[in-house]
Amino acid sequence: MTDSSVKITASPHVRSAESTIKIMWSVVISLIPVVAASIYFFGPSAILVLLASIAGCLLTERLFGSTPGSLADGSAMITGLLLGLTLPPGFPLWMAFLGGGFGMAFGKIIFGGLGQNVFNPALVGRAFLQAAFPVAITTWPAKTQHWWALQGDNFALPFMSPVVDATSSATPLGNLKFGDDPVVTPVIDLFLGTTGGSLGETSALLILLGGIYLAWRGHLNWHIPLSIFVSTFVISGLFFALGISQFPPLFMLFSGGMMLGAFYMATDMVTSPITNKGCWLFGFGIGFLVVIIRVWGGLPEGVMYSILLMNALVPFINRATQPRLFGTSRKKKKEAGS
Amino acid sequence: MTGLLSFKHGVHPSENKDITSSIASKRFPFPKEVILPLSQHIGTPAKSLVKPGDHVERGDVIAEASGFISSAVHATAAGIVKSIELWPHPNGTMVPSIRISVDPSSSQMRRTRIVPRWQDVKDEDLSTEIGKAGIVGLGGAAFPSHVKLCPPKDQPVDLLLINGCECEPYLTSDHRTMLELPDQVYEGIRIALKALGITRAVIGIEANKPDAIEMMRKTKPDDLDVTVQPLRVKYPQGAEKMLIKAVMGLEVPSGALPSAIGAMVQNVATAANVAAVFESGHPLIERIITVTGRGIRKPGNWKIPFGTKLRDVIEHCGGFTEDAAEIVFGGPMMGLGQANLDVPILKATGGILVLSKDECKRQDILPCIKCGKCLEACPIFLNPQLMGALAKAERYEELKADANLNDCMLCGSCSFVCPSNIPLSQLFAMSKTQLRRLPSS
Repeated sequence: MTDSSVKITASPHVRSAESTIKIMWSVVISLIPVVAASIYFFGPSAILVLLASIAGCLLTERLFGSTPGSLADGSAMITGLLLGLTLPPGFPLWMAFLGGGFGMAFGKIIFGGLGQNVFNPALVGRAFLQAAFPVAITTWPAKTQHWWALQGDNFALPFMSPVVDATSSATPLGNLKFGDDPVVTPVIDLFLGTTGGSLGETSALLILLGGIYLAWRGHLNWHIPLSIFVSTFVISGLFFALGISQFPPLFMLFSGGMMLGAFYMATDMVTSPITNKGCWLFGFGIGFLVVIIRVWGGLPEGVMYSILLMNALVPFINRATQPRLFGTSRKKKKEAGS
Repeated sequence: MTGLLSFKHGVHPSENKDITSSIASKRFPFPKEVILPLSQHIGTPAKSLVKPGDHVERGDVIAEASGFISSAVHATAAGIVKSIELWPHPNGTMVPSIRISVDPSSSQMRRTRIVPRWQDVKDEDLSTEIGKAGIVGLGGAAFPSHVKLCPPKDQPVDLLLINGCECEPYLTSDHRTMLELPDQVYEGIRIALKALGITRAVIGIEANKPDAIEMMRKTKPDDLDVTVQPLRVKYPQGAEKMLIKAVMGLEVPSGALPSAIGAMVQNVATAANVAAVFESGHPLIERIITVTGRGIRKPGNWKIPFGTKLRDVIEHCGGFTEDAAEIVFGGPMMGLGQANLDVPILKATGGILVLSKDECKRQDILPCIKCGKCLEACPIFLNPQLMGALAKAERYEELKADANLNDCMLCGSCSFVCPSNIPLSQLFAMSKTQLRRLPSS
């Protein structure tokens, strides 16, 4: 090494091994069991829907993303995967593709790309699909006889109404809320995933494992899922005990998009609060809204809207939960401010 | 390692202290030339007392302190003053420096005692003598020690904290000081206690130096009220505020000095050198320096005269390895990158670190994903995420008024953990400089 080849950088001269790219891809990796389970339960349709949604996201990021290399950071992949997992297996592929593109473009890129968005892009995509195609997105075809048979209307042509399967089955949440003969699906079925529903809504167990793995790696703020579960359990338990709602608290936790939402959507670092205290508030708000929407709303499921609503409050939560500066007390700060 | 005293937040960089921790310190040969900058640390530069052609003996005063926050400079080797000229300084600027060509025929014997015995000095004059001997804090900031030993009158100090944490990775000079010179450390504590007029001291040592903890416990004089306190291994445990928090459980109020809560912190190497100065009768002219990293062929701990050029140290330590990439004065977390091999070693230089390419890999900077890891790392409970955004937008005044930039001690913990490799502490250092340049309102 000579004088001219010396590298000069500012301190610190060493860095932790953590990287944003590693975090993103470890989220993708932790979803592999969930994806595998969806394929096991729903057959090739699951792969097709996931691929369509991922393709929509990746293509949009590639075409309109802020930097040419932004595909490599893995965030578009996560959005595609997560959006796909919220869709029913028989969902028309062109719609899944469109949803992915919309979520990326209007949920993320329009805000300035990675790190700038306010709302979870996968949920923006899903909200768009829910508004645009309310029938298709709430159609869960009855299980086919053979594993390899396609479900529902995957290959429906664009802008042609999908043919609703005559023997569509209801999800556990829809059944309990709108069914003619409401039954509470046993929690063990919900836990293992042997029920109808969207691709990633079925096996609570695998999502839980993926989430625990991420929390252990430090790639997920465990305060968020925990506070969502606690608040959902407590509030829905209260309503159930008072006879106001027909949803038992455990059923609340393990049904619908609760697990996927709590572990993978609400914990999106970009759209969740930056302080741990803020994360508690954020999770509590989500749990509260989920119970309200599920019990009184016009929809069977409320996780998506709860998270999107709380996403909008994140800047305020951040502002309200700034850390206390070392060597100051909260009291003094107030005195100084008044 | 739970259960040990510590502070909240902080980070865990790889320690890498085993490279040099078991190598005993050795005397470094006298170089051909020493360069002594008139400004070695915070405060007013010293005033030169010599002119080119003057002959100086080892230990002679060659520049005197000017003002209270200032410290004298001494010749670190006998020779002839070659010139007083602008010379590259480790902080990256050019600074007026005294160049001495070392007399190769000199025995480098020092004159007879020029610092009195501390027993012969009145308690209230001890700090003045310490200032005259050129002693500054050897922990890194090199703040003149005599200033610290004179706390404000309305803030009496009742506890002396001796900092043996050495939380910077790689560095082992404090570790070696405790192992090799425990009696000097205690003697220095005795002098500091006397100067402060108090009786109690605590030595804080990170638990990754069990041999140093044991040595300090074993050698403790019976008449001193000193506790050796093992602390959790966590960066920046050795920061003044963090050490005080760990040992006393108190937070130094924002913007105040440790004396506000009755504490004073002194580095172990400073304590040892205070003792050495009074014992030998000669000012501070050399110290133990760790030369380490995987980019240097022969790492070790050396007693090096100040003013020795980086080039001479590298050469004597076997030169660079093929994959050497970066030279740092100090530790990897807060040390200063060096571009010029002619810069001299200063009083504050506790280590010379040569990092290999693998040790200091840099990755691309990605956008902030608001993961909050920087908030969880900041020992001062700042919001580096918000501060980084403000700094990038050059909103310096807001950064100071609303985001408490002044409380940031640039420890680098936020930059260390940032998964997007955003150079947060660099942005904050820059912002501080920009704020100093703003016309004060």
